[in-house]
Amino acid sequence: MQHDDDHHHDHDHDHEHDNRFSEMQARVRALETVLTQKGLIDPAAIDAIVETYETKIGPRNGVRVVAKAWTEPDFAEWLKRDATAAIASLGYTGRQGEHMRAVFNTSDTHNLIVCTLCSCYPWTVLGLPPVWYKAPPYRARAVIDPRGVLAEFGVTLPETMKIRVWDSTAELRYLVIPERPDGTEDLDAAQLADLVTRDAMIGTGLARLPEMAR
Amino acid sequence: MNAHDTKSLLILSPGLPKSREGEPAFAEPWQAEAFAMTVHLHERGVFSWSEWAEVLSQELYKPGRRADAADYYDCWVAALSRLITELSITSTANLEMLTRKWQHAAEATPHGKPIRMENASNL
Repeated sequence: MQHDDDHHHDHDHDHEHDNRFSEMQARVRALETVLTQKGLIDPAAIDAIVETYETKIGPRNGVRVVAKAWTEPDFAEWLKRDATAAIASLGYTGRQGEHMRAVFNTSDTHNLIVCTLCSCYPWTVLGLPPVWYKAPPYRARAVIDPRGVLAEFGVTLPETMKIRVWDSTAELRYLVIPERPDGTEDLDAAQLADLVTRDAMIGTGLARLPEMAR
Repeated sequence: MNAHDTKSLLILSPGLPKSREGEPAFAEPWQAEAFAMTVHLHERGVFSWSEWAEVLSQELYKPGRRADAADYYDCWVAALSRLITELSITSTANLEMLTRKWQHAAEATPHGKPIRMENASNL
């Protein structure tokens, strides 16, 4: 589902039955339920422990996808056409068989991904979702006021830049391919990878400039 | 209690997948949640580290494991489930029932709404 910032809402997808828990997700929820009922765990404490790892698990897979798209036009084309297969070719596949779509930033369009439900995040390429991504303010406001949200992330785009907001579903997840910064023609894929941040792949940031890296 | 010590202890769990920096690595969020619950239960003294390590090892050495070890956290969840049943915190049947109930709840929840157990009854 796609939301443009002119408030055009495209609802041509059927979302009736797109929530599914994998066997393991459901098992973990069951454990959490029992342990909470018995007073043995406090869900907030669990979240706090998970959060300590969130920042440490870098979205290294996604970074490789972006750097490869920047350096290999054939791969970029494949990524545009069939992101699921192109990403799987690097060995990054979800266990739930979710489909991926890569959305490319251009000189006139900026892409932003959101999910109104916290479970829809491209884990295979971005690792664990940041806390703000799961928080209701981002989920609600990214659709209504993407420019305002971007400004809070320190990203100010020209008025003429179109912003597209992509709402992830359980079956289809998005990855933003940021624009390759100017002045990076001499860098190889490994050096380019240092310029790609997690936020750039969500759309709440831009790729870093070479002088900002390291 | 120093949570840091406990965490480093759980990091000694046999075969735990780690990043280059030596931090636990998770492929999916439920794995981090399972890890966090175990850390928390251990911190609260529900079981000792040696009790945990033994049950986990048994699960990890069961036949039929994947060669690429991608099912590591499946074993982890099986070990945690078994340990808390052995400690009489719950029963296997209850865990199974809750697992199915969560699957129903997910299916009965429209996209964009939080998945809650109560939603299972809407099916």
